Amino acid sequence: MGRKLLLEHIGKPGIRGLEGYRANGGYRSVEKALKTMTPEAVVDEVKKSGLRGRGGAGFPTGLKWSFLAKPPGVPRHLVCNADESEPGTFKDRYLMEFIPHLLVEGMITSSFALGANLSYIYIRGEYFYVARILEQAIAEAYAAGWLGKNILGSGYDLDLHVHIGAGAYICGEETALLESLEGKRGNPRIKPPFPAVKGLWDRPTVVNNVETLAAVVPIVNEGGEEYAKLGIGKSTGTKLISAGGHINKPGVYEIDLSLPAEEFLMSDEYCGGISGGRPLKAVVPGGSSVPIIPGELFLKTAKGEPRLMSYESLSDGGFASGSMLGSGGFYAYNDTACIVRSTWNHTRFYHHESCGQCSPCREGTGWMEKVLHRIEHGGGHMEDIDLLWDMQRKIEGNTICPLGDAAAWPVASAIRHFRDEFEFHVKYPTKVKDPNHFAKEPFRKEVKMYA
Amino acid sequence: MGATVKAVTVREGTPPFAFSEAALAECRTIIARYPEGKSKSALLPILHIAQSENNGWLSVNAMDAVAQVLGIQHIEVYEVASFYSMFNLHPVGTYHLEVCRTSPCMLRGADDLITHLEKRLNIHVGETTKDGMFTLKAVECLGACGYAPMLQCGAKFHEHLTPEKADALIEQMRAENKRQNYTDR
Repeated sequence: MGRKLLLEHIGKPGIRGLEGYRANGGYRSVEKALKTMTPEAVVDEVKKSGLRGRGGAGFPTGLKWSFLAKPPGVPRHLVCNADESEPGTFKDRYLMEFIPHLLVEGMITSSFALGANLSYIYIRGEYFYVARILEQAIAEAYAAGWLGKNILGSGYDLDLHVHIGAGAYICGEETALLESLEGKRGNPRIKPPFPAVKGLWDRPTVVNNVETLAAVVPIVNEGGEEYAKLGIGKSTGTKLISAGGHINKPGVYEIDLSLPAEEFLMSDEYCGGISGGRPLKAVVPGGSSVPIIPGELFLKTAKGEPRLMSYESLSDGGFASGSMLGSGGFYAYNDTACIVRSTWNHTRFYHHESCGQCSPCREGTGWMEKVLHRIEHGGGHMEDIDLLWDMQRKIEGNTICPLGDAAAWPVASAIRHFRDEFEFHVKYPTKVKDPNHFAKEPFRKEVKMYA
Repeated sequence: MGATVKAVTVREGTPPFAFSEAALAECRTIIARYPEGKSKSALLPILHIAQSENNGWLSVNAMDAVAQVLGIQHIEVYEVASFYSMFNLHPVGTYHLEVCRTSPCMLRGADDLITHLEKRLNIHVGETTKDGMFTLKAVECLGACGYAPMLQCGAKFHEHLTPEKADALIEQMRAENKRQNYTDR
C-alpha cells in the first residue's frame, strides 16, 4: 500500500474543522515556512520535490513559480484553480469537501513563497456547497491568526478569499479563469504575456490547481527530497486519481506515481475490477481530453512493458499507442459501451464549452458533433470517418487555448483505435438504433484474414 | 458559449427588481474582497445573489440592478450573464433539475435517467412542467463522475440515482414546494 500524503487524515473525527485538523499536525508547514524559512527556500523545496501541476498539464510547479515577475511596488497574486470541470475529474472536490484546511494551509505557505498578500480560490459555481465549506475553513483560519495581518508575528500579511464561478469549463484554462475573476466572459487570453508577468488585473500571478497547492504542505513539512523519493523518474510524489465509469469501486484514490496500471484497475484496494465482470474495452486515463486507448494498450505498452500510473509511462508510445495522465480523471469502458456514442458525447461537451473566440474550435466542434451524431444514430457515410479525421486535424494547434486540442484528441484516438466500430455503425444502421446497442450484444471486431 | 448563445430578452411587463437589505449587505461583503477600483470582479457572485432573489432567473431588471450596485454599464452585465451556463435568462420552475449527461455519467446510465425523467414529468429536456414546478435541463460534467448518475438542484447534488430514487426525490419536492437556489446555505 502506497503512502498517503493528502488523504492520510480524511475521515478522522473533526478533521474538517480547524481543531481536528490542527490535532493531526495541520498548519505545521505554515509555522515552518514563516518562522524558519525564506520565501526563496520554500520555492527551492518545491523545485527539489519535482512536483508537477496536478490540474492536467503536468508543468513543473517550482519552475512555474520561478517565472513570477517581481517588479517593485506591484502586488503579486496566487490564484487557486478549483474550477475542476474536466469530465472524469472529481478529486479536488473530494479534497476540498473532506479536508478543506489542507488547501487553506497550502495556499498560505505557497502565497508566502511567492510574496503574495492577496490570494483567491476560484471555484466552479456548481460547487457552491463546497465554497461554503472553504469559506467556513477560511473564517476559522482568520480567527486563529493563520490569516490576516502579521501571521505568527512574522510580519507577513495574507488575505484569502473564495471566488465563485458560474458554469464554464473554459474557466479552468488559467487565463480564462483570470478573465472570469475580473468579472468578464471566460475568454482565454493570447499568450505571451503569461500570467506570471501579466495576470490578475495585469499583475504578476501564479495559478495552481487545488491538488498542487495541497501537495506543497507535505513538501515543506518533509522536504522536497523526501517527496521526490516517491514515484518514478520525473513523476514524483503521489497523485489523486478520481475513478469512474465501468469499474466496481468508483472513488478518489491517492496513488504513488509508479503504481502498475493493472494493479490500479484490478486490485480491491483501488478500482476493484471491471463492473459486471466483463472484459475491459477501453480506458480514458486522465480526463476526457486525453486520448482514449484500448484496454490492452492501457495495461501494457506497445513494447509489451507493463504500463505504470505515471506521466511518462501513460504517454509512452505517444499518440500512436499511448495516452496521458492528465488531471487523473480516470474512467474505464467495458465491452457494453459504444465508443462512437462516447466520442459523440465528448464532442458535444467541447462544442457546448467552446468559448467561441477561435473559428476552428467554435465551428469545428459543432461540425464534428453533427457528423458523430449522424454516425451514432445510423445515418453516417463511410467517408464521414475520414471527414472527422480531417476536421480534428484542422482544429488541433489552431486555437488560442488548448480546448481545441482537447476536442481533437478524443476524436483522433477513437478513430485511430476503434475505426472498425465506426465502420460498423455505417454498415449496419439498424443495429445501432437502440441507444444501448452494445449492451445486449457487445461489438466484436471482425477478424480479417490476410494471405 | 459556442453552441448555446443565449439571447438577452427584454420582457415588457417583467416585474420590477430590487435587492433586499440582506442581499445588499452580502453584496457589500463580497465587493470588499477585491482591491479598490476592482469591484467589477464581484460580478459573478453578485449575479448569483440576484438570480436567487429573482425566483431563479435573471431578468433584464435584475441585471440592471446588478450593474447599478457595481457601477458598471448594463452591457457589461448582459455579456457576462449570457456566457455562463448557470445563469438563466428565462424563468425556470421551482425546482431546476440539472442532470449530468457527460461521458462518465453516460457510462453509468445518465441517458436512461434523462429519458425516465422526461416521461415522469411529461416534458422534454429544456422544458418546464405546466404547473411551473419542474424545469429539466441536461448539463455537462458536474464533477460527480464516481457517484453517477446524478442531478443537481440548487446547491444540492443528488447522486447514485436510480429511477426509483429519482421518483422519490420528485415526490418529496412536490410535497415541499420550496425553491432551491445555488446560494442556499
